[in-house]
Amino acid sequence: MIEERQRERQASARPAPDAADAARNPGCVLDLGWIESVRVNRSAVERRIAGLPGRRTVKQQWQAAWLLRAISCMDLTTLSGDDTAGTVQRLCAKARHPVRADILEALGAEQLQLQVGAVCVYHVFVPTAVEALRGTTIPVAAVSTGFPAGLNPFELRVREIEESVAAGAREIDIVISRHHVLTGNWHALYDEVAAFHAACGDAHLKTILATGELGTLRNVAKASLVCMMAGADFIKTSTGKETVNATAAVSLVMLRAIRDYYVRTGHHVGFKPAGGIKTAKQALEWLILMKEELGNEWLRPHLFRFGASSLLGDIERQLEHFVTGQYSATFRHPMV
Amino acid sequence: MTVAHIFETMEYGPAPENAGLANAWLDQHDRRFGMFIDGNWTTPDDGRLFESVNPANGKRIAQITQATEQEIDGAVAAACRAFETWSQTPGHVRARYLYALARQLQKHSRRLAVLETLDNGKPIRETRDLDVPLATRHFYHHAGWAQLMASELPDCAPLGVVGQIIPWNFPLLMLAWKVAPALAMGNTVVLKPAEWTSLSALAFAEICAEIGLPPGIVNIVTGDGKVGELIVKHPDINKIAFTGSTEVGRIIRQVTAGSGKSLSLELGGKSPFVVFEDADLDSVVEGIVDAIWFNQGQVCCAGSRLLMQEGIAPRLIDKLRSRMERLRVGDPLDKAIDIGAIVAPTQLQKIQQLVAQGQAEGATMWQPSWACPTEGYFYPPTLFTKVAPAATIAQVEIFGPVLVSMTFRTPAEAVALANNTRFGLAASVWSEDINLALDISRQIKAGVIWINSTNLFDAGAGFGGYRESGFGREGGKEGLYEYVKKASAISHQPSQALDSTYDAKRNGDSNGRAEAPSLKPEDLPPIDRTPKLYIGGRQARPDSGYSRSVHDARGRIIGEVGDGNRKDIRNAVEAARAASKWADQTAHARAQILYYVAENLNVRADEFAQRIMTQTGRDRASATREVDLTIERLFTYAAWADKYDGAVHATPLRNVTLAVPEPIGVIGVVCPDDYPLLGCVSLFAPPVAMGNSVVLVPSERHPLSATDLYQVLDTSDVPAGVVNIVTGARDALAKVLAEHNDVDALWYAGTPDGVALVERASVGNLKQTWAWSEPRDWFDPASGEGELFLRHATQVKNIWVPYGA
Repeated sequence: MIEERQRERQASARPAPDAADAARNPGCVLDLGWIESVRVNRSAVERRIAGLPGRRTVKQQWQAAWLLRAISCMDLTTLSGDDTAGTVQRLCAKARHPVRADILEALGAEQLQLQVGAVCVYHVFVPTAVEALRGTTIPVAAVSTGFPAGLNPFELRVREIEESVAAGAREIDIVISRHHVLTGNWHALYDEVAAFHAACGDAHLKTILATGELGTLRNVAKASLVCMMAGADFIKTSTGKETVNATAAVSLVMLRAIRDYYVRTGHHVGFKPAGGIKTAKQALEWLILMKEELGNEWLRPHLFRFGASSLLGDIERQLEHFVTGQYSATFRHPMV
Repeated sequence: MTVAHIFETMEYGPAPENAGLANAWLDQHDRRFGMFIDGNWTTPDDGRLFESVNPANGKRIAQITQATEQEIDGAVAAACRAFETWSQTPGHVRARYLYALARQLQKHSRRLAVLETLDNGKPIRETRDLDVPLATRHFYHHAGWAQLMASELPDCAPLGVVGQIIPWNFPLLMLAWKVAPALAMGNTVVLKPAEWTSLSALAFAEICAEIGLPPGIVNIVTGDGKVGELIVKHPDINKIAFTGSTEVGRIIRQVTAGSGKSLSLELGGKSPFVVFEDADLDSVVEGIVDAIWFNQGQVCCAGSRLLMQEGIAPRLIDKLRSRMERLRVGDPLDKAIDIGAIVAPTQLQKIQQLVAQGQAEGATMWQPSWACPTEGYFYPPTLFTKVAPAATIAQVEIFGPVLVSMTFRTPAEAVALANNTRFGLAASVWSEDINLALDISRQIKAGVIWINSTNLFDAGAGFGGYRESGFGREGGKEGLYEYVKKASAISHQPSQALDSTYDAKRNGDSNGRAEAPSLKPEDLPPIDRTPKLYIGGRQARPDSGYSRSVHDARGRIIGEVGDGNRKDIRNAVEAARAASKWADQTAHARAQILYYVAENLNVRADEFAQRIMTQTGRDRASATREVDLTIERLFTYAAWADKYDGAVHATPLRNVTLAVPEPIGVIGVVCPDDYPLLGCVSLFAPPVAMGNSVVLVPSERHPLSATDLYQVLDTSDVPAGVVNIVTGARDALAKVLAEHNDVDALWYAGTPDGVALVERASVGNLKQTWAWSEPRDWFDPASGEGELFLRHATQVKNIWVPYGA
């Protein structure tokens, strides 16, 4: 079955992506030699991460502009067991107007038509979100394939993607089978992701590596490469449900994998850190990391997303502080 | 720049550090500074002020005083007076003062960081995150050593007044590296900061006053090289500690030769940065940024020679170039700057000249597409490829943001290229294979090795060079030995047993001479047994074809030895160098061989005693004692061979920092005249036990005990070339050894003139010398053996090994 999908995928391999669709990654054949050559030195990676906040910072209007940029790259997310249509609708309303109009006006940013990168929900709420976002360009993203463990029967996982796409999801966040990584079964991982990719059709495929469960940075780098070879449009750190989520070290390793993949294949792949990103300061550090490691192109929503549920509130407060010079309070900003 | 515009461009904006407090401090002093002598500030004298300039804009920020000779005398006198009490101050009290200095530095850390950036041009990020915190840590760490000195450095005493001359590249940090250990060990100091960067030292002087450090313990004098010269030549200074160029280090060695001043030099480098194909190349790129674009490349241990395994070189260079495009050069007070300003126009010109020369010699230069600021002294990060080892830029220290790169094929070639330099300060080794990384780390001749990392420093780990990068260590326990001497007196009286007058008196001989031992049968003509030189495990006739007569105590000829000359020394050094595999023997194996020497000597003890009697006229008891003690001494160093091991320093990083005592290499040993056997064995056994090979010049007057010894060495499995013996005129041979650039260290026991001679002649390769003219009681273990000898036979290499799964 997997082989069949694999053949299908190769047969329907897209031609070179056009400009409007620049972010799509057609993948490439599994290159085990490349995978095996991967080396990651944790101490050196951590040193880079520890040093970067001291090397770069943005202040004043630069900081305000960068925070707006962070909002535009945000996947506003609700993935709780007690989600209802009501909470999803509220989330979508916030997605349309993430920042108070008077603040945007004071920033001179009204014409930016600021909106978030996507709204991310479970499958059952895809229709609700699609409906709530009608008339905007904000895509709905669905977590899929038995999120967060990803251990449902394979056929069901593929079906879940197909159902979500059919329901209107334009982005699919899948979880990989960690056991393939932990046992070094790169063929299996490649085939799995390639099958998910095929099931996505025109929807963008985001592969969640659940890096907190992969054991080593070298595994993270290898899994990143295999996912990209199999056609991932984004690689994403974590589900937000693991005990360890998007650490900076893991992210740096993934970004370097994206860079290597781009240099060797010419294909752009996006990056999405998720889990534990709560403050405006963290968001700025992430943008700096993206800019330093991958460049300005990766500071746009088609190549960079924050998976975050509580980040927006802090950014709003910081923006109000910038505008008024006075520290803000949570209740002054519309809640989700 | 509007928010909407920046939202699209996503560029960085300015992020200036506020210089207000540092400027206010300068204004408080009217931007004119006197000097800190004996706890008082001298009044700035308009007639002799020079400018301190901010390299980021070329503007004057303050005026500094050029010290006079009288002022230096005053500072030294104050330090001498203060030494009387400071050296007697209990360790705990010294610890409190050092702790107070650390706290005060910490409290004023940002002002000091900004001041340093204004004065030096280095980015505020570095002064804030590295220079000042590390300087502070040095004082904390050494407060601990002051506290522990009595228990952890038994039998150690301070040296006295230390003259310290520091460079401009890390003004406050180098001050801390110098002042903290000196004070901790009970010395007092006269310190001169570099002419271009005096301000942080003057701010430190103020801090000394603030914490109530008694006057005269720290004296800060300012000025140019002439002031440095006054310090170096000052008769009342007991030690000179210098960090700076190899060129100036050489001059200091010459000037202090024979003066009795001890010396530590931390000099230049051309440190290799070795990248193997199994390294994490993205991390390597960041490592290179930290290695050569840290402090604008104005770092003595900068990783300035990139050595890449050929297969990965193109990828690495591509990655490096795209990284260089993202580096930011500019206002050092901007918090988002990677590279600040070059310290001074002359330094900038030197960099420009060397880069031009590199291009003229055929190397390919690459710089990022962006431009540097036009105001101030800036230079862009620069990468050279296609560099041959023969190129000037591959050999000389550029001391700027310029990296030269070369490729290698095998680990052996990497080591050969890494060691193809006169320097030996530091090295980085990048590989994910611990076998490879540790192997290469041991083979590279450098005082500091960073595995998968670079430019890591800490007060708890020694820093210092091999070869022409200087000698002595700063930091760690190994660094403390630069500031102490043996507390218990070395017995300079020859043992009473040696005194033939004493023997004669005891024997009631009125003419004061011991009776010559009777030699029988005297009537038969003896079979000539002229010892030769012993080189490379073979007996060799002297190149000169001449022999020297050896006389007994009454002046009668008792034999002849070869009259060695410079060519014999040359041959012996070559043999010693060829025996470098001795260092790779296990310490256990080296111990076994020394025991074997002792065993074979013991078999022939009577004969060696007889020889001592014949040569010196001493009595049998004394001669037998000398032989017995020689056997014991061999046992001592055989015992030490596998016990003088290193340490794992507790540096504040997830790593092991291995402090490994390594053999120095080829050591020349010039033996004292008395104790013909014990003197010689006491001096060659420690280097040999530690894995060095030795060129030995025996006692000029009594050489026969040493030449007898080579048969013992032969029968004891001492490998060829480990010990070489060249008899002849002591000082003439010592001079050849001192001048020989492939001799790594020289031990000399002789005359005051000889001490001066070897110290002066050692400047060619700045070899370590250990020379004295006072006699020594070699019978007394406290004077004649011990760790002191092992320390001089080794140099500590600190290997930093970060880890992480």
